[in-house]
Amino acid sequence: MYRYDDFDRQLVQERTEQFREQVKRRLAGDITEEQFRPLRLMNGVYLQLHAYMLRVAVPYGTLRADQLRELGGIARKYDKGYGHFTTRQNIQYNWPKLDEIPDALLDLANVEMHAIQTSGNCIRNTTTDQYAGAAADEIEDPRPYCELIRQWSTFHPEFTYLPRKFKIAVTGSPNDRAAVKVHDIGLRMHQNDAGETGFEVIVGGGLGRTPFVGKTVRDFIGKNDLFSYLEAILRVYNRFGRRDNKYKARIKILVHEEGVEEIQRLVEEEWAQIKDGSLRIGDDEIAQYIEQFAPPAFETLSDDDADFERHKAENRGFSNWVRSNVIEHKQPGYAIASVSLKPIGGIPGDATDVQMELVADLSEKYSFSDVRVTHEQNLVLPHVKKADLFALWTELDKANLGTANLGYVTDIIACPGLDYCALATARSIPLSQRISERFGDLDRQHDIGELKIKISGCINACGHHHVGHIGILGLDKRGKEFYQITLGGDASENASIGKIVGAGFSEAEVVDAIESLVTKYIDIRDAGERFIDTYRRVGTDPFKEVLYGDR
Amino acid sequence: MAIVKNDSVIEQEWITVDAEGDLPASDENLIVPLARFKDQRDDLIGRNGGLGVQLNPGDAPEDLADDLDRLSIITVNFPAYTDGRGYSYGRVLRERMGFKGELRAIGDVLRDQVLYMHRCGFDSYDLNVDDETALTKVRAALKEMSVYYQPTGDGRMTAGSLRERRANATGKTF
Repeated sequence: MYRYDDFDRQLVQERTEQFREQVKRRLAGDITEEQFRPLRLMNGVYLQLHAYMLRVAVPYGTLRADQLRELGGIARKYDKGYGHFTTRQNIQYNWPKLDEIPDALLDLANVEMHAIQTSGNCIRNTTTDQYAGAAADEIEDPRPYCELIRQWSTFHPEFTYLPRKFKIAVTGSPNDRAAVKVHDIGLRMHQNDAGETGFEVIVGGGLGRTPFVGKTVRDFIGKNDLFSYLEAILRVYNRFGRRDNKYKARIKILVHEEGVEEIQRLVEEEWAQIKDGSLRIGDDEIAQYIEQFAPPAFETLSDDDADFERHKAENRGFSNWVRSNVIEHKQPGYAIASVSLKPIGGIPGDATDVQMELVADLSEKYSFSDVRVTHEQNLVLPHVKKADLFALWTELDKANLGTANLGYVTDIIACPGLDYCALATARSIPLSQRISERFGDLDRQHDIGELKIKISGCINACGHHHVGHIGILGLDKRGKEFYQITLGGDASENASIGKIVGAGFSEAEVVDAIESLVTKYIDIRDAGERFIDTYRRVGTDPFKEVLYGDR
Repeated sequence: MAIVKNDSVIEQEWITVDAEGDLPASDENLIVPLARFKDQRDDLIGRNGGLGVQLNPGDAPEDLADDLDRLSIITVNFPAYTDGRGYSYGRVLRERMGFKGELRAIGDVLRDQVLYMHRCGFDSYDLNVDDETALTKVRAALKEMSVYYQPTGDGRMTAGSLRERRANATGKTF
């Protein structure tokens, strides 16, 4: 894992001091809330419905044990004892006091963390595959490139006042777990004909009010050219992206309005002028970053562990958890274990101080101090010996962290919604809790199989509803919440935007509506089909019919 | 209003005109918007006084490619601090087109943007405050941070280049 050196540390310290000064100016009344707004936003501090909210960056979703422990400590010290993991693989705190935020940032700086660029119209936290460096299907570990992008994008002087926020995601695996096609820039690692690894560059994907699947502007860009190519795209966007309307300001609109060929032409023209300049990344530098993410000291093990098999046979709870939450590791004898933050009836993505500290301890004990945050709002221990899985699960389960539901219908993404968010038009959390309870029975979840439900409490789509197999959008209709359902969304390598199935449902009706969709799927699926597969085969009509009849 | 350049407050020595209206006497130093420069180029470069051009968001600095040597100053307008197009114009003018004259940020120029502007090639800043406040703000802004990750044309050493230098001396990067 990447460790800060003196340069990185100094930058964060200076930023922490700078923000302390800015807060001091605000609290002393030297600047108004209006003047303070851009300053706090550059540092992840939002003013929400009830309080300030602090969003802390977890670069590419990677945490060390000491960092996660500190996040737990901050939840206790400055918040009400919990934090909320976000779809940007970050964590946010909902109840910090403004005058204490500089101290929280100092505590964060001590473990090499910060809130830089977690808001504002700048390049946000780069996200990636939560299984990076562990997944058996990986072409190459994307984290060295994420770290390079983190540095390149941090306080980039040219790109701090973009038309709108800008999100980059990277996948090192053909099985895209980072939703790269619905990002401003998605980078997909692959090999070209010469056998070199580089990136397919996808531009203009996004969710929000106007969702788009991104389009490829370049099939292959070599690693040495990564910065110059990104800079070319960002410069084109900064110069030509729309600024007349906040809702048309993302790069996806520019790509949509100008056409991908025109964007490609502009980017290539810009790139030709900078590609041989100081942004070129040398092979030595790349090698140093790869070295930073060298695999931990794995033991040489057989891939079969007798105790592991025995525990699975003897303990149904454990075998259920393995079935959904454990996947294959590239190293024989190891596995990747996901820690669900979606207990039945719980708040998606929330973790208490004690839970965070426990996962930190367990990562030290079982996973080389390595923890990941997923964009689906769960945690991952990426390098666990199969022989340790039972002990790990036992400890997780005692802390209500052993829920066996990864990828199932109760593994719901939900935004904070009207319970916290100043933009929301409806509540998301209570609805996700009710759906989770309705489908809580594990046998039923197994029967349903992979089904991704994603809930947003307004059209800004923070809950990714456009790419939910079933998406739910909460709206306000004459003072009453109602929920619109979309079907067929997908954030994977086969990305697609869900289609609105029909008129919305009241809060009282919506869970029944979801259930009838699921029942219909079970009725008509072919063997081995997931919900999304059946939907793609039969289309919207059969589902429309169960929801609306002849209506 | 106060213009800060090279660690001091300087006099306003330029008259800026709009897209239309009369031009001042030929020996006055004059800044015209890009569109007017393109329209009246021959007249303008025949004047006696200094000549500058103002770029507004949406303008293309490339339009000045043939005339950079004739311009003593280019002002880049930031009508709102949130409109960051001018940062790109600065870098294109300095790093690509090799503009050597004064590059001045005007409009909604705030303390917290000055460092970024400097990194993008600006060397003077027109702040809407009194002289002393402007100087204090610019000085503070320029020294608030000392680590830079991105190479721009500003001559600052990046963390990457300092690491490389250290690696060459010690054999160890991180």
